Amino acid sequence: MDKLLVSPAPHIHTKESTKGIMLDVIIALVPAVLVSLYLAGISAFLVLAVSVTGCVLIEHLIAKYLMKKETTVRDLSAVVTGLLLALNLPVSAPWWMVLIGCVVAIGIAKMTFGGLGHNLFNPALVARVFLLVSFPVQMTNWALSNGMFSPENPLIPGFLLGVQGQLPDALSGATPLGLVKEGISLGLTPQALINQEGLTYGKLFLGHMSGSMGEASGVALLIGFVYLLVRKVIKPIIPIAILVTVALFSGILYWVNPAQFADPLFHLLTGGLLIGAFFMATDYVTSPMSPLGMIIFGVGIGVVTVIIRVWGAYPEGMSFAILFMNAWVPLINKIKPFPYQKEVSRG
Amino acid sequence: MSKTFSIGGIHPNDSKFSKDVSIVDLPVPERVFLPMNQHLGIPAAPVVKKGDTVLVGQVVAEAAGFVSAPIHASVSGTVTDVGLYPDFQGKRVQTVVIETEGDDWLDTIDRTAQVKQEITMVPKDTFQKIQEMGVVGLGGAAFPTYVKLTPIEGMNPEFLIINGSECEPFLTSDYRLMLEHGQELMIGAELMRRVLGTGVTGVIGIEKNKPLAIKAMQKITAGYLQWKVVPLKKRYPQGGEKQLIDAVLGRKVASFALPISTGAIVQNVGTAFAVYEAVQKNKPLVTNVLTVTGSDPKIQYNYRFRIGTPIEDVLKTAGALDAEGNLLPHIAKVVNGGPMMGKAVVNMKAPVVKSTSGLLLLTEKETKRLEPGECIRCAKCFQACPMRLQPYLLYQLALAGRTEELDEYRVFDCIDCGSCLYACPAHLPLLDLIRLAKNTSLKNIRKK
Ligand code: SF4
Ligand code: SF4
Repeated sequence: MDKLLVSPAPHIHTKESTKGIMLDVIIALVPAVLVSLYLAGISAFLVLAVSVTGCVLIEHLIAKYLMKKETTVRDLSAVVTGLLLALNLPVSAPWWMVLIGCVVAIGIAKMTFGGLGHNLFNPALVARVFLLVSFPVQMTNWALSNGMFSPENPLIPGFLLGVQGQLPDALSGATPLGLVKEGISLGLTPQALINQEGLTYGKLFLGHMSGSMGEASGVALLIGFVYLLVRKVIKPIIPIAILVTVALFSGILYWVNPAQFADPLFHLLTGGLLIGAFFMATDYVTSPMSPLGMIIFGVGIGVVTVIIRVWGAYPEGMSFAILFMNAWVPLINKIKPFPYQKEVSRG
Repeated sequence: MSKTFSIGGIHPNDSKFSKDVSIVDLPVPERVFLPMNQHLGIPAAPVVKKGDTVLVGQVVAEAAGFVSAPIHASVSGTVTDVGLYPDFQGKRVQTVVIETEGDDWLDTIDRTAQVKQEITMVPKDTFQKIQEMGVVGLGGAAFPTYVKLTPIEGMNPEFLIINGSECEPFLTSDYRLMLEHGQELMIGAELMRRVLGTGVTGVIGIEKNKPLAIKAMQKITAGYLQWKVVPLKKRYPQGGEKQLIDAVLGRKVASFALPISTGAIVQNVGTAFAVYEAVQKNKPLVTNVLTVTGSDPKIQYNYRFRIGTPIEDVLKTAGALDAEGNLLPHIAKVVNGGPMMGKAVVNMKAPVVKSTSGLLLLTEKETKRLEPGECIRCAKCFQACPMRLQPYLLYQLALAGRTEELDEYRVFDCIDCGSCLYACPAHLPLLDLIRLAKNTSLKNIRKK
């Protein structure tokens, strides 16, 4: 070194990087991805592959040719969005629908706002809600395998279909929340319906494809969540606030009238509540930065979710609730933290 | 649960490579440079001129005001110049240069190694002595020690906290002092406590990554009724004055208030040792201990140095220079102080001064800043800030030059600790801008 390096303090820096954090999120999603592959085999793989490739490619093209800057895909955030989008879709989603999702997530929800760090709404959720509104049939009536890879197709070896995709009655199903909602309108109690469909909590928690891919297994999501906590990628405040609020709110409703409302555990284990709480609501860019803000955000999501689920038009409300609260984040972030110490005080 | 401060903080790697290396004396340099601004406040005024001969310990500059400190010759010899010389950052400062001849000390100074336990001096004289011997805070800020010990109308000192946390990574000079000179610095601490008042409680705060120092000091304080050791959880910036008071007492110092407003006064272990030498040994602050360290296992030392020794002389003895006197090729940066708050050295001919705690040698890989990306709003800077500021926001406000909002968001509370910049995974130069904004803000506030 013939010239001394001179720069202001501090002279050492964290080993963390945006890319490293994204990699941690990807690792945290691996259990959920594995469960969906195990349950739905090649159908799940197709959705995942199209979604991740689509998101990365679209971000690359937009950055390079529309925004004319260095490609931003190396930070891996597009991979995360792709994974989350896939996990928010049913295994039966056709490839073109997944691609439309990618365009909406990356093209509209992320890049038009200026790219990573500037988007107001969670890109994967914007895409999911867009698809939910545009293709309500494909999005809510979950088929358990992709039409191309049905058990009837003699060219597809069974092991490629995954354990659930092989079942003869695996062709279609309604989401548990949808079932309950429908049932209630027909005069059945939620509990009876749940029993009738064989949706035990054990199944919902361990692994059962009856909604979007990421909802399949509570355990897999929990493992990922714990990993994120251990790696200090996220703080547990938002997920805890959501889960507690949903449990309390739906618990009160259940206590008041168990004939009309599903019990809290059912609410917690269905409708993407866990993936939403662990992975979508904790997205840095679209969630508040202070602990108090995080609590407000989490409670808000919990309340709105239950309201939509119970009284709204859609059987599930998590995605809407998160997007709704995303919109409040800039305002929530305006809350000033308590000053270190304003007045002179003597202990 | 051991104590620590309540807000923010980070956990950088300890890197205390030189912790088991005993303090050794650096050779007396051929020439020393004694800048007049080795303390916070008004620069000292030289009282020697070119051609004068001086002994070690002789006054070469007088304190030039209340917040000021005298400076003493650290070698014996001839004054060859009194003039402007660039300091380690290249800023020109009034400096007294002494060419060394022999090593003759004032005979009033007790140079024996024997520990003088017995305290005979009354507090009033102790106070005077600390002032005369040029003792300043050796924890970094170099605030004249006697000023901190001066009573302030309406503010009652209750606690004297000795800062043994040495929370900066790499540095080990305070640690070695506690291990090798615990008794002496304890006497120094007790001397200061007596100056503050007999009712004052003494506390030594030491981070738990230094179990030997905790043990050693606990053993020594057992002989002192009013003293105790408080082990602290390792966390940066524990040694920050506000953070240490919070960690030990659970009290918070308000913006612009003096620490004494909480009833606490903080002094560093190095300062306590200097007070011992000043009062018990009649020795002015002419030597101090520094760490020369880095990841190179061949260059990890703790040295007792003569104040004013050129940085290059220190590095030469440490083996960090090649035959031509150039830095070894793998060393890219020399930091005066610790890696979090130290400043990069520009001019290696400049001296190490009273408050120099270390020279840190970093490779390019260790210190290079990575390309800044986009803020991903992860709030890690906010979580790291010990003053509960929002660095990401201050950074953006500073970029946009929105001065009023910067004040609204209390940029003036920033203590320059660097935790935010350290923690940011997007590698944004947060503190660079916040520091500028803070200085502007403080200037404006002072004007009012
Ligand atoms: S340097 Fe200032 S803004 Fe940054 S963490 Fe420290 S006190 Fe907070
Ligand atoms: S640590 Fe960096 S990336 Fe994270 S919020 Fe602060 S400025 Fe933004």
